[in-house]
Amino acid sequence: MTVLDRKILRDLRRLWSQALAIALVMAAGVATLILAVGAYQSLEETRAAYYERHSFADVFAELTRAPDHLTQRIERIDGVVAVETRISESAILDVLGFEPPVTGLVLSLPDHRMPRLNRPYLRMGRFPDAGSPSEATVNEAFANAHGLTIGSTFSAILNGRKRKLTIVGLVLSPEFIYAIGPGDLVPDNRRFAVIWMSRTTLEDIFDLEGAFNAVALKLSHGASEQSVIEQLDNMLERYGGSGATGRADQLSHAFLDAELKQLRALARIIPPIFLFVSAFLINMTLTRLIALEREQIGLLKALGYEKLPIAFHYMKLVAVIAFFGIVIGIALGTRFGQGLTRLYSEFFNFPFLVFARDPAIYLLSAAVCLAAAAAGAARAVFAVVRLDPVVAMKPPAPPRYRRTWSERHALLRHLSQMTVISIRHIIRWPVRAAFTTLGVALACALLVVSLFSFDSIEHMIDVSFFIAQRQDATLTLAERSDQRVMHSIANLPGVMRAEPFRSVPVRMRNGQHEKLLSIQGKPRRPALSRVIDLDLNPVSLPGEGLVIDERVAQVLHLRRGDFVEVEFLDGRKRAPRMMAQLDGHADEMQLPTSRVYVPIADVIRSYFGLSAFMEISALGRLRGEGPVVNGAFVQYDRNRQTEFFAAIKDTPEMAGIGLRSVSLSKFRETLEKNIDMMVTIYAALAIIVAVGVVYNSARIQLSEQARELASLRVLGFTRAEVSRVLVLELAILVILAQPLGWVLGYAFSWLTIQGFSSDLYRAPLIINLATYAWSSIVVGSAAILAALLVRRRIDKLDLIAVLKTRE
Amino acid sequence: MKNSAVQSAAAGRAGATPLFSARDVTKVYRTGDVEVRALNGVDLDLYEHEILVLLGPSGSGKSTLLNILGGLDHPTAGSIVFRDEELTQFDEEALTDYRRRHVGFVFQFYNLVPSLTARENVELVTEIAENAMTPEEALQLVGLEERMDHFPSQMSGGEQQRVAIARAIAKRPEVLLCDEPTGALDSKTGILVLEALLAVSRSVDTTMVIITHNAAIQRIAHRVAFFADGRITEVKAIEERLQPSDISW
Repeated sequence: MTVLDRKILRDLRRLWSQALAIALVMAAGVATLILAVGAYQSLEETRAAYYERHSFADVFAELTRAPDHLTQRIERIDGVVAVETRISESAILDVLGFEPPVTGLVLSLPDHRMPRLNRPYLRMGRFPDAGSPSEATVNEAFANAHGLTIGSTFSAILNGRKRKLTIVGLVLSPEFIYAIGPGDLVPDNRRFAVIWMSRTTLEDIFDLEGAFNAVALKLSHGASEQSVIEQLDNMLERYGGSGATGRADQLSHAFLDAELKQLRALARIIPPIFLFVSAFLINMTLTRLIALEREQIGLLKALGYEKLPIAFHYMKLVAVIAFFGIVIGIALGTRFGQGLTRLYSEFFNFPFLVFARDPAIYLLSAAVCLAAAAAGAARAVFAVVRLDPVVAMKPPAPPRYRRTWSERHALLRHLSQMTVISIRHIIRWPVRAAFTTLGVALACALLVVSLFSFDSIEHMIDVSFFIAQRQDATLTLAERSDQRVMHSIANLPGVMRAEPFRSVPVRMRNGQHEKLLSIQGKPRRPALSRVIDLDLNPVSLPGEGLVIDERVAQVLHLRRGDFVEVEFLDGRKRAPRMMAQLDGHADEMQLPTSRVYVPIADVIRSYFGLSAFMEISALGRLRGEGPVVNGAFVQYDRNRQTEFFAAIKDTPEMAGIGLRSVSLSKFRETLEKNIDMMVTIYAALAIIVAVGVVYNSARIQLSEQARELASLRVLGFTRAEVSRVLVLELAILVILAQPLGWVLGYAFSWLTIQGFSSDLYRAPLIINLATYAWSSIVVGSAAILAALLVRRRIDKLDLIAVLKTRE
Repeated sequence: MKNSAVQSAAAGRAGATPLFSARDVTKVYRTGDVEVRALNGVDLDLYEHEILVLLGPSGSGKSTLLNILGGLDHPTAGSIVFRDEELTQFDEEALTDYRRRHVGFVFQFYNLVPSLTARENVELVTEIAENAMTPEEALQLVGLEERMDHFPSQMSGGEQQRVAIARAIAKRPEVLLCDEPTGALDSKTGILVLEALLAVSRSVDTTMVIITHNAAIQRIAHRVAFFADGRITEVKAIEERLQPSDISW
């Protein structure tokens, strides 16, 4: 170890508290980078590996019924490498000891072989025997939520008949990594189940012998998804195809994509803040250190040291600080990452999910951190290189203060001399004052960014669950039926009010923009499930035309008054007999298209999914059908809930039930868990930044002003009065930082919102005043803490020694 | 006690090759609109093994000349030849190398690195110099072998200056440049420091230039050059040199 290296160690020992503050801010940058990039990589790689091993399909389509031999034709579509057909139906389940009805998705498994695509991962037990009428394999999350295991039984209404099923296996599936039930915003494993049964059994139950109603395709590398979907849609049109979708629209995949998008946004916004602040802290601290050591630098040059080794000496000092920042950051980031991964494994069902400890991430973080440190040190070190040895060994000229216009202002003449010292000091070092302000502002902004999510989510909840939705339950029917079904629903025990809805899958197209979604038909003035305009007032649906939400309008580039092309995707449903006749002649048949142009009557607000509404009878007219219904919103008497649930479980027409209050509490619970963790992490990091910036600024001020302050003490000023000079300057900067912090916080929140918004959900940018206030309170407290730490040093100021110091 | 063995013989020998030869050296500083002529045509020869005292009031240009001789500064005009080499032609790299190989500095305020011990301060030089003595040897020469592991803050001013001297001579420099080496010290300590300076310069056979505004110190030198307003007004050989212990101020 050279003498200069020993000097580094001793300098660090002397500057340990400042070095630690910088290292911690750096660590925050490294930690958030590792957290975001690591979590991103973990999720993405795990998903990719899982998809690969279990042959997750690329294209999915549902239809009414198609004969098995259509499979060969589908296989011949250019770019298709594998096809798997199956039966997919919904069912209401009754789990013993659980009052609310459970919505189940029943899927067939081929007999005597594993599916070619979307192969489930067997966790426990086995798959159902071919033809077994009562054996079922269920998704593990559902079984765990109810404490069910191999041998447990539950009931399911399958095609109108209640059957008792026995669990023979627990599985995970690449299709249900994020297993979300219809009408839910977050997974609720108690109320949603995926059930796999033997193909022949389901063919029997659902009268689908030799036929299928769902198909999945695997495409060759480089195949055009768009072209395959078009050909498949053409092929399935006469079999009641409701529009094939790619992975991007597969629900579980889309939710994972949304999460990945958020992580990417996180990685782009948060770590740069910390790294910027640490670069600035390094610059500030090193500049001061070099100012204090200018004589030593001059001496080294006089002794014959070359520029580079001297510059390198200071770079090494920064590298040591960065090293500690990296080590602490890696430890913290890995811990946070493991925490986040644990959280993920609660609502993403993977066979395995470990936090990626890819050395590349660590190397990247270290490199980014070192780069920030070097950038911060560059200016100061450049000053070392340029320092002339003769000049260096002379004491620096006293800083040039001058009277500014503001000081000549009459009002300011009344300020005490102590205040004037503080103000002049800020004016004398405007860049440092600006950076200190910016650093504190960034800490405040970080808090705003982490806290605002509560405001936004509460707003989303308020609008969606209280202003718009007033139903207690949403009932989905297995088959569409006419309005008469509303009578039966209204007569269910406890039902006080019922409102019909009709949901039709469509493809909307405007020029080259198109989107698959459902148009929901509702009464003109819905009382239970209301439609809310941009000002949050309920609107009545017009006699004709569509009401779409902002997202749809944005994606399809539509405005009120525009016409949009609507292609109905459920239009070719035909009776099996008729289909059999058509079969084989399909290519020659020119079926009338079911495309219409519909005006956009209004644009409304919605935060979840893609919404398009229409007055229910207008929708019926457009379809050339009578008033058809495929579900109902219901308000029921809570005192008769048990009876109501029991009746639903015994109603063969029901395919699913959504419960608003349960959905809401699950949504809150899930988000809070997620957000609580993020807020805790961010708030801790913001405090580190605030303390780091204020403490370093204060220490540097103290070092620069020590003689001045000691002189004041000698002149008879008290410790408190002398401290005021320093504290006042900090206070001015911290106060100036707050409005800037709010503005930056708003901007970062906006960026975060952009990172969040997807077709699945959009968070509104709502920041309550309380959020700004809390952010400032936390940052202010951190600043006071830092000032107190420095205040102790002022109290211990050795007057004689300071005055004797030659500077 | 007068030292007859040390006569002025070394000084001013006609025909001897000077170690340094300065001709018409001028240095002008500009600060804003003000032009300060720190050196105004200085001619001076410096011979090997000679001890030269530069005497003059503050601001007379002594330090400027010393800095130029030491390769810390460039003259505005004139020439300085060191052993047949024109110093004014040296670029920064060559000057750094020149300082590293040939020059030792002692400053008024010692300029020790406060975070390094006495030994380590000397090591700063021995690490980069060729043919250097060990830090222990150097410190022994100034009588600080007992204080080698002390930090500057734990030493008196005189001790600190002796560390600075040890640091300056540890590389066995050909020329030792001392800028007010006793300026910050009381007379008793100052004398101790001068004794150390003389002793070590003898032991490494170096040429020494001492700047001072203290007239008493001239008596330890072979020659004294008087400075005023950026010029050398007179160079005088010292007929009877004194030991530091024989002078006082």
